[in-house]
Amino acid sequence: MAYFILKRLVQSVFVMLAVAFLAFSLFRYVGDPISQMTGVETSVTDQEKLREDLGLNDPFVVQFARFTGNMLQGDFGFSYRTRQPVAEMITSRIPATLELGIVALIISLAVGIPTGVYTALKPRGFVTQTILMTTLVGVSIPTFVIGIMLIFFFGVLLGWLPTFGRGGTVLLGGWETSFLTLEGWRALLLPAITLGVYQLTLTMRLVRAEMMDVMRSDYIRFATARGVPMRRLYFKHALANTMVPVITIIGLQFGGVIAFSIVTESVFQWPGMGLLFLESIRFVDIPVMGVYLVVIAFFFVVVNLIVDLLYVAIDPRLRVADVS
Amino acid sequence: MMSFIKRHEGLWLFSHSPAAIIAAIVAIAIIFGAAFAPWLAPTNPYDLASFSLMDGLLPPMWEEFGNPKFPLGTDDQGRDMISSILYGARLSLIIGLAAMVIATVLGVGLGLAAGYYGGRFDAIVMRIADIQLALPAILTALLIDGIARGILPADVQQDLRVAVLTLAIALSLWVNFARTARASTFVQMNKEYVQAAIMMGQRPIRVMVVHILPNILGPLLVIMTVDLASAILLEATLSFLGIGLPADSPSLGTLIRIGMQFLLSGEWWILWIPTLFLVALVVSINILGDFLRDVFNPRLR
Repeated sequence: MAYFILKRLVQSVFVMLAVAFLAFSLFRYVGDPISQMTGVETSVTDQEKLREDLGLNDPFVVQFARFTGNMLQGDFGFSYRTRQPVAEMITSRIPATLELGIVALIISLAVGIPTGVYTALKPRGFVTQTILMTTLVGVSIPTFVIGIMLIFFFGVLLGWLPTFGRGGTVLLGGWETSFLTLEGWRALLLPAITLGVYQLTLTMRLVRAEMMDVMRSDYIRFATARGVPMRRLYFKHALANTMVPVITIIGLQFGGVIAFSIVTESVFQWPGMGLLFLESIRFVDIPVMGVYLVVIAFFFVVVNLIVDLLYVAIDPRLRVADVS
Repeated sequence: MMSFIKRHEGLWLFSHSPAAIIAAIVAIAIIFGAAFAPWLAPTNPYDLASFSLMDGLLPPMWEEFGNPKFPLGTDDQGRDMISSILYGARLSLIIGLAAMVIATVLGVGLGLAAGYYGGRFDAIVMRIADIQLALPAILTALLIDGIARGILPADVQQDLRVAVLTLAIALSLWVNFARTARASTFVQMNKEYVQAAIMMGQRPIRVMVVHILPNILGPLLVIMTVDLASAILLEATLSFLGIGLPADSPSLGTLIRIGMQFLLSGEWWILWIPTLFLVALVVSINILGDFLRDVFNPRLR
């Protein structure tokens, strides 16, 4: 068990190093950092001095080590566009994206898992066919179209909900939260549904495929033959065995939610990390792009690590396999 | 190679699936309209002389104040909506198809080679795939686009927008092909016919392309359909975000972004008609992809 955790930790470190390398190459080789930082009137000797001060003439390995070291200490450099520290810009945006992502994830799971189970148990029913057709349309509709549609109906036609921004937020120990005000919740609703609906279809399809696989397996057939009540069969035997894949789904979905929040945040002008990333691409603000990448990769690595550890906790067979 | 019986079964299934038939009709109609846009469209939306501000903001012909000259109405510049949409769909489809083809060639090539040679080459390709798979396609595409903006000099950027966008989309989609091609190649490598071909001293490239490739086409065809839809969606999303194409050469995504300005006013057609076209196109391609998956993988039916 300890070996397993250690192995995964080492792997995670390697992934993070690869991403840090990507971010570093971005910073160092895409565009000239000096020309971004200085104006036209800066003399060549001053530019050269700045280059030396920033250590841009050092060997590659030294520069990369310094870059990584600075990152580990939370020093992410300065934005080309706003001249602010990137770390500050990103951390001020994290709460907005995380709160949006978590609510979207909850929506996607709360609706996706039950419908997935239902459509797996009644594969030929009329309701199932309708749901499947709807979800096919669902995955085909781009996130931004779902967003526009919701804005149009609930914002413009009915005027019930705000269509941009975060509404009221409360500062809670340095964390700017929407969860404590009614205005905050009202502003959160439409973007969270937009993001959740898109993920929902994926959740449902994965749960359905997994459940159908389990229902076909021998032990379910034997349990049926033994006369185990159907209700007990579905919820105790079958569903318990779909839990491992469901956890994977949660991991995958969380990644998807964070990535697609870029689109949702743009439609709803939600002041999160995605919107910041989009602005930084538009202005070729390389430091912000690089740091966003590292932060997102860090989220992915942590979520995947937790997922792997949960596997072992839930499925005893994996523990046996690990020992051998 | 698909057997004769299987091909017949596919046709039989098709004629008994109303959804697939409707999807095929819609997809073919839109693709046809897009392909022949220069001949079918009443005006050329890129030609400034062909439209006039006097005709601006006309509703579709069935609404009050509609003009039969512009069956789906006009935008604020007086452009005929039908023409914009046909040209827009043309650009969306060209980019989507090109990106899908590049992703297929690159992914299948690398996947085949990884499955054939195995060992270190396989490990390198798959690690790159793993890292890229950790980042969703849209993030990869955005990133590649951002890097291109940083590298390319400003004067060629406008000219290369379409190429950069296509490449960004292709590079974010190749992984699926590589993984599928690699897994299928592994299965084929153990079969006698491949071993025989290798023993006869045929060149690896010949074994891969002539012998293995035709036998792994089935699942790849499904991915090609699904990824064509993904590529079109990605292009639309990037253009909608204002990252993709400039407003003077509108794709469907750009048209929707422009239409967003009219969300609050009464000119619904400028936003909703391009949106409807995009959704119809992608939905029908996805339905066809789903249908193909059923044909190639009867176990899931």
